Amino acid sequence: MSAVLDVKDLQVSFHTRNGVVRAVDKVSLKVEAGQTVGIVGESGSGKSVTCYSLLGLIPSPPGKIEGGSAMFGGMDLLKLPEKELQKVRGSRISMIFQDPMTSLNPFLKIGTQLVEPLRLHKGMDKAAAWKQGIEALKEVGIPEAATRMDQYPHEFSGGMRQRVMIAMALITRPELLIADEPTTALDVTIQQQVLDLIKDLQKRLGIAVVFITHDLAVVHEVCDVVNVMYAGRLVESAPAAELFAHPRHAYTRALMRSIPALQKKGEPLYTIPGLPPDLSHLPAGCSFRPRQTPDRQLLCLRDQRPPLVEVSPGHWAQACPGCVEGGILS
Amino acid sequence: MLRFTLNRLAQSIAVVFLVFTITFFMIRLTDGDPFASPKAMPPDVRKVLVERYGLDKPLPVQYFTTMGSYLKGDLLPSMSYQGMWNTKIIKDAFPISLIIGVAALGVALALGLPAGIIAAVKKNTWLDFGPMSLALIGICLPTFVMGPLLIMLFGLKWRLLNVAGWFEKTDWILPAVTMGLIYGAYIARMTRGGMLEVLNQDYIRTARAKGVPGWKVVMGHALRGGLLPVVAFLGPALAGITTGSFIIEKIFNLPGLGQHFVSSVFNRDYSLILALVVLYAAVLVVVNFLTDILIAWLNPKVRLS
Ligand SMILES: Nc1ncnc2c1ncn2[C@@H]1O[C@H](COP(=O)(O)OP(=O)(O)O)[C@@H](O)[C@H]1O
Ligand SMILES: [Mg+2]
Repeated sequence: MSAVLDVKDLQVSFHTRNGVVRAVDKVSLKVEAGQTVGIVGESGSGKSVTCYSLLGLIPSPPGKIEGGSAMFGGMDLLKLPEKELQKVRGSRISMIFQDPMTSLNPFLKIGTQLVEPLRLHKGMDKAAAWKQGIEALKEVGIPEAATRMDQYPHEFSGGMRQRVMIAMALITRPELLIADEPTTALDVTIQQQVLDLIKDLQKRLGIAVVFITHDLAVVHEVCDVVNVMYAGRLVESAPAAELFAHPRHAYTRALMRSIPALQKKGEPLYTIPGLPPDLSHLPAGCSFRPRQTPDRQLLCLRDQRPPLVEVSPGHWAQACPGCVEGGILS
Repeated sequence: MLRFTLNRLAQSIAVVFLVFTITFFMIRLTDGDPFASPKAMPPDVRKVLVERYGLDKPLPVQYFTTMGSYLKGDLLPSMSYQGMWNTKIIKDAFPISLIIGVAALGVALALGLPAGIIAAVKKNTWLDFGPMSLALIGICLPTFVMGPLLIMLFGLKWRLLNVAGWFEKTDWILPAVTMGLIYGAYIARMTRGGMLEVLNQDYIRTARAKGVPGWKVVMGHALRGGLLPVVAFLGPALAGITTGSFIIEKIFNLPGLGQHFVSSVFNRDYSLILALVVLYAAVLVVVNFLTDILIAWLNPKVRLS
């Protein structure tokens, strides 16, 4: 299998009035063809910025890509001029976003927005594109597709809008889909439908997916490989089955404990104590140390960033003695 | 759409009627009357005048006869310009104000819209600071400074245009530019604000994620929403700008409508005041109606409700 996307040591920071926010710090991840790769972490851990920076979508200034590479189809996305990136965006790599209520243009017809990628990237005329747009709406399970094309976003429910977003993202048959918390803003019942739709289309079209979420239960359901992010860095990365069977990093384990479905009934819901650190004033050593139990804290690295090491084949974890369970081999 | 139109039409008529009624009674509450000139008027002359204009009749009678005339399209004779009909006064003066007002608005839009859009897109660069500083100056500079300044340059220094008056085909230019620069400054700032707000929306990020080129994002995805505040401002502004500005008319010595607004009040010219206020209300109502249609066209959410 060849990698569709190969990100190495991506570094992104925001130069703000309150100092330099290191939003993404040396993140590497690989997406193989047809795979669904998850990025999990609490809000503010740098998941969105990781993906936006690949497509040149972070506001700059204040955002700045400080280093790294992102190979896609023989090109380094991070070095591509804006004009070339435009040809990739919405054509070979598509994105869907968290909030379907605000992600569609309220002033334009659904159809107009939906077929825009076809008109832009495939040079299709309006009639042909419109026809394909109707098919695309049918594909994502929107009834009365032809009439719906002429309507405006406010005439759609949240779930329906997210379906439109999915149709719009996939209409050019991209090689990679980046889904940034696509179900977070939806009702629980709708969440499952949208998840199923993404899974189903992903299988049918054979596309690779980067799936961002803060919900490990969702990851468990859709992802082949999971990357756990904390404070702008990867703390653990492993195939999904392996990660759920043998979570090694304290943060991953804490996240798992906070999934309601995996807990015994009647037990109070676990929440991770404390807050993620301020990304503009990161502690020198292990960034999870302040949230560890006191005895664990003593073991955490204080002077240097714990490196990411392969704790078992294909399973990487940040090698902080206070955080890694089961010791660091190899 | 038809129901919307009919609804608005009924509303408009009601507004104009209300304005008519309120104005009619309000002006009669002020001190003095049309014939209380500084020089004492012989009592018999005064009596003749009062009778001729029907001011001796009971107020309700005056009110209904006036309304009757208005409904027939007769705006009655002026009480201060002897022998002049209000309709004639308006017919002479309104077109001048209208030409200058529309031209001024054209200038304002031609300057303000591009400046505001560019400033928003190029936020915090000199393409933002430059035009916006100029706009701030434009807003702070009163008409009676901007007007004479332009007169000095174009009229006296370069001798391209008349300094004042309404004689030649080009005489609208200086007053229109004077007003246009100032309104343009407002429009530029409003456009910038509107565009900035829209450019921060999620759907703009969606457009960029689809690979829409930068200028197409601005024109195709951001402009409609960004212009809404400007359009909402345009309605009332247009009514004000086309019914004449007293200051502009004084600076450029124009026989426009604005002067009559002021002089009719000083003269307690009951009938002319009423005619002008009703005209202003009618213009405002028409322009607001057009604005609403424009907003509905721009914004599908409004269109449906
Ligand atoms: N435009 C911005 N300016 C400054 N800081 C930003 C900006 N966008 C994101 N950040 C910072 O980057 C960090 C990561 O954000 P994000 O990737 O959105 O987190 P999430 O994991 O919730 O998607 C946040 O802590 C935030 O402070
Ligand atoms: Mg996010």
